[in-house]
Amino acid sequence: MGILKTFALGGIHPEENKLSANAAIETLAVPEQAFIPMGQNLGAPSKPVVKRGDKVKTGQLLAEASGFISTPIHSPVSGTIFKIDNTLNSSGYKQPGIIIKVEGDEWEEDIDRSDELVTTLDYTTEQIIDKVKKAGLVGMGGATFPTYVKLMPPPGNTAEYLIINGVECEPYLTSDHRLMLEKGREIVVGTQLLMKALKVTKAIIGIENNKPDAINHMTELVKNADGISVQALKVQYPQGGEKQLIKAIVNREVPSGKLPIAVGCVVQNVGTAFAVYEAIQKNKPLIDRVVTVTGKAVKKPSNFLVRIGTPIKNLIDAAEGLPEDTAKIINGGPMMGKAITSTDIPVVKGSSGILLMEKENAHRKTESACIRCSKCTYVCPMGLEPFLLSKVSKLGKFDIAEDEMIMDCIECGSCQYTCPASIPLLDYLRLGKNKTGAIIRSRGKTG
Amino acid sequence: MDNIILISVAALGGVGLVAAVILFFIAKKFKVYEDPLIDDVEEALPAANCGGCGFPGCRAFAEATVKSAKDTRSLEGLNCPVGGNDTMQTVGSVLGLEVEASDPLIAVIRCNGTPTNHPAKVKYEGATSCSFAHALYGGEGGCQYSCLGLGDCEVACDFEALYMNAETGLPVVNDKCTACNACVVACPRDIIELRKRGPKERRIFVSCVNAEKGGPAKKNCQTACIGCSKCEKVCKFDAITINSFLAYINFENCTLCRKCVEVCPTNAIWEVNFRPRKPKAEKPASVIERKTETPVDTGKPIPLTVTAIAEEQPKKESDQNNKENKD
Repeated sequence: MGILKTFALGGIHPEENKLSANAAIETLAVPEQAFIPMGQNLGAPSKPVVKRGDKVKTGQLLAEASGFISTPIHSPVSGTIFKIDNTLNSSGYKQPGIIIKVEGDEWEEDIDRSDELVTTLDYTTEQIIDKVKKAGLVGMGGATFPTYVKLMPPPGNTAEYLIINGVECEPYLTSDHRLMLEKGREIVVGTQLLMKALKVTKAIIGIENNKPDAINHMTELVKNADGISVQALKVQYPQGGEKQLIKAIVNREVPSGKLPIAVGCVVQNVGTAFAVYEAIQKNKPLIDRVVTVTGKAVKKPSNFLVRIGTPIKNLIDAAEGLPEDTAKIINGGPMMGKAITSTDIPVVKGSSGILLMEKENAHRKTESACIRCSKCTYVCPMGLEPFLLSKVSKLGKFDIAEDEMIMDCIECGSCQYTCPASIPLLDYLRLGKNKTGAIIRSRGKTG
Repeated sequence: MDNIILISVAALGGVGLVAAVILFFIAKKFKVYEDPLIDDVEEALPAANCGGCGFPGCRAFAEATVKSAKDTRSLEGLNCPVGGNDTMQTVGSVLGLEVEASDPLIAVIRCNGTPTNHPAKVKYEGATSCSFAHALYGGEGGCQYSCLGLGDCEVACDFEALYMNAETGLPVVNDKCTACNACVVACPRDIIELRKRGPKERRIFVSCVNAEKGGPAKKNCQTACIGCSKCEKVCKFDAITINSFLAYINFENCTLCRKCVEVCPTNAIWEVNFRPRKPKAEKPASVIERKTETPVDTGKPIPLTVTAIAEEQPKKESDQNNKENKD
């Protein structure tokens, strides 16, 4: 294949550990109780439209969007609304949510539940965007940014490329990989619909080279689809980041503080493309997703098709239980995921995987002093100086942090991964980014 | 040779003279009048530059007091918490004003989530910063209102008045506290509050900020305020209000009668620096905090003796304990 494309700056290559790559997607049983937090998208949380005691069907609207950057939530199960109360979110904070007592599995009549592929593209841009909005679609890669907002470029910007993100650069996770292998045809149709919504003629599916089967499969499928191509990429973390992926595929650099649309690109995850297909061709709102359950000690690393709101413990049970020496449970991948404090927390729209870390690898190493080796600067994909940023954040010098572009940090964790002194660089970067962002917002100016 | 020396001296002297004259007139022309009172007031201030008064440093506070004295003939709303009443009296006498004595305040910690009361369910590994941990997760014991124990307040304190107790994992405030407000601002969970020091340093406050319903609150922490409103009912002075399942004692109305302490089922209400109760009393003081009496000279924080009886034994036995404590 010659020299494979990748992004220009930094990056790391952690152990891949794609243990569940060969496990076909299994549909997980509907839980007994579903916990549906209201804040499942980036932006404003949704507003419940049901009340206690109401009977709901699968796919029925539970909560509506409460702002521009907000999405509706649909019932992933059928049953009775047990409570509208505080539920745990993935950080261990209580957050308003709806608890549904599941009774059977009765779907809304207008949802097409058959597996038949529908390929008609007979929709206008507005129809597609409207349906995507009503189906409550968010970015399935984990950032959970409402999809419909991305499909409406701000005035003065036009999209040129649609980039479908099948990179899955996080170690361990395989949900996108399996989705491409098993639902490839649907993803291609979803991509075509997205192209239509964005009025672009070119779409590129970026896949890392550690998934040759997915590359071959998708290449085969896009042969008959006009304008869609597959681009194999060198394995490099964090290639799944929007800005890195755009650099890798079309060799354009998104300016600091700008969105990908500024360089004519829109990036969507393969999971989102699949959800778009389901929303438009099958009239199915976003009520389930593929979640990887994995870990070195897990007996049966698996990929599950799970209803939103299923407690994480159900997934762990389905992967044949919690291994004995589990020391940490991570919601997401090992690089950007977050350790959770309880297995009662539910799967949400942005959950991509559950990683059970064994004792040996779970704990952080003891921190020692910075020796100015500059490894963090070499690996930073955004060209920042993590050692400096973390130091100034620790000292509360947010003016320097802002000058040194802390807001460009994508929180990929490459710096902390590579630090030989095991300094929690990313922790302080996140802290600094939070505080600097608040200061910038309080000034009423952007970036 | 002599000539050169003379010429140099004369030339330099001349330049100096001309420059001096110019500077003299410029200084006259652009003179900024500054009230000499500002200097006098600044002299009286403690020069801690802590910002506790709400102004950036003592100089700014001095300017503000002088301005307020000129405009309104009063110092209302201006207070140097570090200097306290003495300083404000001196400032008042400099400005020729009567200054009303204000009650001295002290920081109190409104969380009693010790490892016994609020056992850890998970372990935190990460940056030693409360504000970071607060943004990241709910807390080791599950109470999302609890002290995170990473010491942002200790770092913020300029007066060595607050330090983290390694055993309880909670901050402890000592007598050096000047009520400068720095720890209150630093705490991401609003646990620290400035309250009246009270007569003989006696204070009563609710040592909990958990706004959850009683059940979930108690599940995570034995000594959480469950919002049962027993204290509100027993209080004759309207000092206690319950807001979202959390009691709050208004120190302006509180007469330190200690009735609320007796009725609190979870020992969430603390009485500090009171004498132990008579043996007849149904329930003991939940906490006895001894005031440091030795003058501070070591420069190191002096630990206060904090006995949380609720932690040690069940209620019945604690009666016994109180008897022993009595003398």
